[in-house]
Amino acid sequence: MTLALFAAFAALLVGCSLMVILHRNPVASALFLVLAFCSLAGLYLLLHAEFVAMVQVIVYAGAIMVLFLFVIMYLNLRHDVEQGIAVAVRRGAGWILGILLLAETVAFFKGRWAEGPVSAPDLAPVAGNTQAIGQVLYTRYLFPFEITSVLLLVAMVGAVVIAKGRGPGLHPAAPAADAAADAKAAAPDHAGGEA
Amino acid sequence: MAAFWHDPNVRMVFWALVKILVILQAMLGVVSYMIYAERKIAGHMQARVGPNRVGPLGLFQPIADVAKLFFKEEFIPDGANKVIFHIAPMLAVIPALIVFSVVPFGPQDALRVTDLNVGLLLFLAMSSIGVYAIVLGGWSSNNKYALLGGLRSSAQMISYELPMGLSCIPVILLAGSLSLVEIVRMQEHWWFVATPFGLLAFAIFMITALAETNRAPFDLPEAEAELVAGFHTEYSSMKFGLFFLGEFANVISISCIAVTLFLGGWNGPWLPDAFKFVWFFLKLAALLFFFIWVRWTYPRLRYDQLMNLGWKVLLPLALANVLVTAIVVWWRAQG
Repeated sequence: MTLALFAAFAALLVGCSLMVILHRNPVASALFLVLAFCSLAGLYLLLHAEFVAMVQVIVYAGAIMVLFLFVIMYLNLRHDVEQGIAVAVRRGAGWILGILLLAETVAFFKGRWAEGPVSAPDLAPVAGNTQAIGQVLYTRYLFPFEITSVLLLVAMVGAVVIAKGRGPGLHPAAPAADAAADAKAAAPDHAGGEA
Repeated sequence: MAAFWHDPNVRMVFWALVKILVILQAMLGVVSYMIYAERKIAGHMQARVGPNRVGPLGLFQPIADVAKLFFKEEFIPDGANKVIFHIAPMLAVIPALIVFSVVPFGPQDALRVTDLNVGLLLFLAMSSIGVYAIVLGGWSSNNKYALLGGLRSSAQMISYELPMGLSCIPVILLAGSLSLVEIVRMQEHWWFVATPFGLLAFAIFMITALAETNRAPFDLPEAEAELVAGFHTEYSSMKFGLFFLGEFANVISISCIAVTLFLGGWNGPWLPDAFKFVWFFLKLAALLFFFIWVRWTYPRLRYDQLMNLGWKVLLPLALANVLVTAIVVWWRAQG
């Protein structure tokens, strides 16, 4: 049962990840990425990591990819029509790097592969792994956790500074109202284009 | 065959499927009669009668409506992205239905599909997936009004998801669990809505619930005065019906969660355990009436008012509420 589910989710994950880079339509690529995230959440569920699975869906599929999609629809990216030497170089570099990464991964996992399923022996006894994650996060990994939140704060301040514009008086309206005005100005444009 | 039946896994899957079937049918029934209720209540609020021609008191009106929807002409606009155009209405319904799998309707195991230890997170995950239906429906229609509706809704729903998630946190802090069953058990003596921070969280939750389900006064994605019909402008026939169904299914599932989180779920006086589920459905009915009541009472917000309310009022309020609740819970644990 577990094996069949694993095979299904893994196949879905690999298939979707391939479609993300192979599909010509950027919106379809983004949607395949969403599906890939969801199948990854399924794999987490099989590992009894319910919390991580749900957070995966909430954060990646629910929040980040919606913003991605928003941006893609906003920019109205055309179908990929790039040609010429630059594409060939990029493609070659991609192949080489991909093969290197694969080799590294194989080399890395080769020694540890046969150790059997990685269970979490000291985490399992706690009522749920949500509590286990919380406990570890606020004790052993407290410092990295706090650093991460400071990092996010910095990113947020940066976003506010960028949204405020250059110098005083240029953007008197609130950022939200600005975004609304932008959306209105830009939208008819891409509605005219091919969906 | 007998051995196959005695396999606990097989039995579990079988009973889960039976429960899912029952919930699905019940949900469809409730949705159709909620639409009837909405039209009736709207009628009375506007000093008219509402539907009263089909059957006694117009009770067969929903059946007639659905039959009509099925026989309507199906229309797909030129230049629409056909695959996504077809997927979007399905996405409007499925996440709302998935939420029902973790709702405990009563204290017995038979009255819920499953007791997930992250049930509340499943609800939040599904409500964040629900955005896609509207965004994709609006985008794939190749219609500028639909696209504007879709863009608006993605901005609106992302903005209101944050206060909604934050308004759930006081409940998690008070109950000490993410499992909805556990949360209801913790409210056996005192519903969370009857604490000051619980009340505030409940108010924030209901406001964001209105926004998440795109119900008035937050129905900007389909503001007909500016956007024709918003994201579902180009949808007809049963595809439109699915969006409609999705909206109501969302209202019901979000109300179920509100009942579970704040109103004590199945807990209530007098009734024996076997009939506790009656309390759940009474509270659910009250909340559904609330949704309809608000829709026919308040005018639609302007877009910038909507964003201001979400980011500058609800979010700080919800954050402060989390802080206060955390301090109180900590203080109680100390003393």
